[in-house]
Amino acid sequence: MKLLRNVILAACMGLGLASCGDRERATDVAAREGILMMGNGSEPKGLDPHLVTGVPENKIISALLEGLISYHPTDDLKPEPGMAESWESNDDYTVWTFHLRDAKWSNGDPVRAGDFAYSWQRILTPALGAEYAPMLYVIKGAQAFHNGETKDFSTVGVKVIDDKTLQVTLEGPTPYFLNMLKHYSFFPVNPRVVEENGGMADRASRWSTFENYVGNGPFVLKEWVTNQVIRVEPNPTYWDAGTVKLKGIEFYPVENAATEETMFRGGRLHMTNTVQPDKIPIFKEKMPNELKIEPYLGTYFYRVNVTRPPFDNPKVREALAVSFDKQLLVDKVTKGGQAPATGYVPAGIPGYETSDKVKYDPELGRKLLAEAGYPGGKGFPKAEILINTSEAHRKIAEAMQAMWKQNLGIDVGIYNQEWKVYLDSQSNLDYDISRSAWIGDYVHPSTFIDMFTTGNGNNDTGWSNPQYDRLVAQAQVAQSEEERLGLLREAENLLLTDLPIVPVYWYTRVYLKDPRVQGWYPKLLDNHPYKYVSINAE
Amino acid sequence: MAKFITLRFLQGILVLLGIYAVTFFLVAATPGSPFSSERAIQPEILAQIEAFYGYDKPTSERFIASLGNILHGDFGPSAVYANRSVTDIIAESFPVSLKLGSISLAIALLLGIPAGIIAAVKKNTWLDYVPMSTAMAGICLPTFVMGPLLALVFGLIFAVLPVAGWFGPEFVVLPSATLGLYYAAYFARLTRGGMLEMLNQDWVRTARAKGVPERTIVWKHCLKGGLIPAITFLGPALAGIISGSFVVETIFQVPGLGQWFVKGALNRDDFLILGLTVLFASLIVLMNLLVDIAQVALNPRLKYD
Amino acid sequence: MTDHSETAVLGNEAAPLPKHSASEIADEELVEGSSLWKDAWSRLKKNKLAVASLVIFLVICVFCVVGPFLVPYDSQQQDLFLGATGPSAEHWFGTDTLGRDLLVRTMEGGRISLMVGLVATVVSLLIGVIYGATAGYLGGKVDAAMMRFVDLLYALPFTIFVILLMVAFGRSMWLMFVAIGCVEWLSMARIVRSGVLGLKKQEFVEAAVSLGYSHKRIILRHLIPNVLGPVIVIATLTVPAVMLLEAFLSFLGLGVQPPNASWGVLINEGQQNMEIFPWLLMFPAFLFALTLFCLNFLGDGLRDALDPKSAKD
Repeated sequence: MKLLRNVILAACMGLGLASCGDRERATDVAAREGILMMGNGSEPKGLDPHLVTGVPENKIISALLEGLISYHPTDDLKPEPGMAESWESNDDYTVWTFHLRDAKWSNGDPVRAGDFAYSWQRILTPALGAEYAPMLYVIKGAQAFHNGETKDFSTVGVKVIDDKTLQVTLEGPTPYFLNMLKHYSFFPVNPRVVEENGGMADRASRWSTFENYVGNGPFVLKEWVTNQVIRVEPNPTYWDAGTVKLKGIEFYPVENAATEETMFRGGRLHMTNTVQPDKIPIFKEKMPNELKIEPYLGTYFYRVNVTRPPFDNPKVREALAVSFDKQLLVDKVTKGGQAPATGYVPAGIPGYETSDKVKYDPELGRKLLAEAGYPGGKGFPKAEILINTSEAHRKIAEAMQAMWKQNLGIDVGIYNQEWKVYLDSQSNLDYDISRSAWIGDYVHPSTFIDMFTTGNGNNDTGWSNPQYDRLVAQAQVAQSEEERLGLLREAENLLLTDLPIVPVYWYTRVYLKDPRVQGWYPKLLDNHPYKYVSINAE
Repeated sequence: MAKFITLRFLQGILVLLGIYAVTFFLVAATPGSPFSSERAIQPEILAQIEAFYGYDKPTSERFIASLGNILHGDFGPSAVYANRSVTDIIAESFPVSLKLGSISLAIALLLGIPAGIIAAVKKNTWLDYVPMSTAMAGICLPTFVMGPLLALVFGLIFAVLPVAGWFGPEFVVLPSATLGLYYAAYFARLTRGGMLEMLNQDWVRTARAKGVPERTIVWKHCLKGGLIPAITFLGPALAGIISGSFVVETIFQVPGLGQWFVKGALNRDDFLILGLTVLFASLIVLMNLLVDIAQVALNPRLKYD
Repeated sequence: MTDHSETAVLGNEAAPLPKHSASEIADEELVEGSSLWKDAWSRLKKNKLAVASLVIFLVICVFCVVGPFLVPYDSQQQDLFLGATGPSAEHWFGTDTLGRDLLVRTMEGGRISLMVGLVATVVSLLIGVIYGATAGYLGGKVDAAMMRFVDLLYALPFTIFVILLMVAFGRSMWLMFVAIGCVEWLSMARIVRSGVLGLKKQEFVEAAVSLGYSHKRIILRHLIPNVLGPVIVIATLTVPAVMLLEAFLSFLGLGVQPPNASWGVLINEGQQNMEIFPWLLMFPAFLFALTLFCLNFLGDGLRDALDPKSAKD
């Protein structure tokens, strides 16, 4: 081995390849320079906070822009002052007043309260077609403005008192409004720059390209090479520039998990975005300091099309839900320390315990299926699990398929479709059972529960229950948080009785992290304020 | 000659128009939409987005509009990557693919053609079997096995080359070797086949009988004709390398064009698909023209027709 | 099924000659036609390497076709508690991450891969040879038009084309055959046309034309047999190319629907775990590579056996 190595080294020298030899790895050099190299999943669709919807985009945008409230380094529930220095609300949490600090955009403009009003008007402008606009419906009059019922933004509950004071009036009491403000749909954009590049409603505006980008966050864009790397460096005009420790971050859009792992081990990444499930046990053993398994606010579940027989029968749906061994599935297939989902809303939300209504009970499953008219699976029509193309989803579906066959005696096929087609099939109810997942936008059960109300665009199961709708509506205007959580709990119980979904597991975030990276803590929503992150040269 | 080239050029334009129409209507007929998203979009918002990209008009109207734009050199915006135009995307990734492609092709020719010639001349000896079996290795293992294997051996075990990325000359080695090995096999086989064909011609036998040295027969008389199959394959090979390097680009994180062919189709990014198709088709038309000229140059028995 | 298809490849190349001979040509020529193939067969038998390849290839076919009936496991039967285990007395090839027996999965994967390779090649061979020979022989405007059509199809980027087809028409294995076959015939047609263009200036063709033989007869009797050498080389390149293409589609997740798995699917699964579960890559990849090697050497042997000029040696 040694000899072969020397031969190859010699050959490389001969070819004049500078990279050969026991040189420092790229991560070592970067660590010395204080630069963090991160795997970031895929090439961002854009960096305009009002137009993007994905996780890779979020990770970069949160380095470039800062909202009123920022992420706390360790606690997802604590509001960290961002552009707002301080804030207060009235007693029933319907009117909030934010006092802005002296902060600057990266082009030197001051950040004003009016910038937020402009930004929120922009995302709510119908012609922009922002997919995340409904996040702002919590604000009074926002929905009406967004639906085009009025063109007058002054009807929306956003009031600029002066350059440093912003008052927001909400539809109902919302104590978790501060948590929602951390979401990038509430982030500000620089009005002058947006106006210079096509104006408020221009979807193809070039304000967010590399050349034109202006932010107010701890970092600014330094380089953007598509499908290769996005580099950011500290923003000298950032209000808290003294706290920023990193000298730069490099985001690598690595889609292939195996490549990402090779890059991590080959000294080209300090942190990966993901880890292949089958490798997790090996890393646990060989690289315990690098492997991170942390709770994540998300649920993996199967949607069931309740408009199609035999799934219109709740007994059939319950039989499916209880007849596969969730523990075995997470231990042997997903392997990332995920928790078997016995309910829908995941753990980690204060004051809201997870449900344990849907437990593995094949005996009960067989009984229910027999009652539904398919004893031992006899006469059960051929059904299919719809998945989007992915190795991980395929494996889970194959395991479910085998367990349902074993426990219920039913034959279920698997059908995979490309992402876009899969999304269409799901929203057109053109499926029997469909693989799904939901990651919370903020730490509150409502981000999970609201979507299954009648006619909600994310319902996608055909399920409708007036009582559920009523509970969700009541929760939205509940006078106390306790009452609200109680109503949502009732709604979740209803959902888990009717079971238009089959909960599978609760997510974890599994990734590899170089131990030299400091100030990076487990977060339920996987939001990490980069200004507190540092990297040791050692 | 000039007439032949002009004629071919005009034919090429017709081919491009045909391709454009076929692709446009194929894309329009495919299910899924560039604007579907995991989070539900309200119908009103969706209508706004569609109107922005002109999807509120009937297909035939869109076809004419987009054809007009393309003739003006405007391929439109990407429907998925906000604020990037198709031209931006191609301009950024095409040079990378061209570099990767030409180096890979050079490796393939340097390995494949000598191996093929030796194998043909020394037919049925170990000098035939060994180079051919070696050349075959590249097409017996899929690139998605060869690539990670090379990355594992040279990037991790011996740590002499970077495992992935595209930041300097040393980053080119593994991806172009992976691609080059794959195409070397094709060139070796085609060269061997072509050379054997020539070496078995009657006039070669006559020449041999008359005592013309083997070396002269091979180099002076057979090489030109024997290379024809390999040369015919050059066009498809270059096009294949440029559009089909998806696997290598994915494994080695090369920001080339190949990824866009797959991403464009999977994302249903209609404008990008059309732009790439036109680019690819133009390349092919150009390569075919060059191949035709080269063929005639190598084989005087063919005429320009 | 698979060795059936294999004989079909050879059979189809040979078939047109006797059939057309019978209808158009005098009896003694029929005898001559079939003896050409008899001679070829006897020459092939002398080529040890080719015969060995043929034997190994047939063994692989039998292994894949008959094997699953002899293995006491079902390819879809999982054992999650077992998970991925290395080769053992119970599971000769080990098990995959869902605890499925890899031996039987490899056998069934082989069935699918061989079927894709052979069927698509036959499709491309039939279309490509006839199309290319016709274009090359007729020449002139017809040739130009025919080759421009090939250019048109050539110039469709295959990746986009296949992905859109797969998306539009769902995932049918037969669609995959058709899609691949429809693309692969293009190379075949160009190569055959080049060969025919060179040949038709040669004396024996000119002689046949001056004797007033029909176009069909000249193409089938004089041109195609004389370009069979390169055609077989291309065909043997097409089988592995098609099998690799299928593997590429598997890499994209566009291959056969689970729980079925072709060799491409298995190899793709294996390469992702090649460091921790090497057997998942080794066994399918070895059989895949061996099959391609055999087809290749067999192709060489056939080439030598069928080439009328090398027969004079």
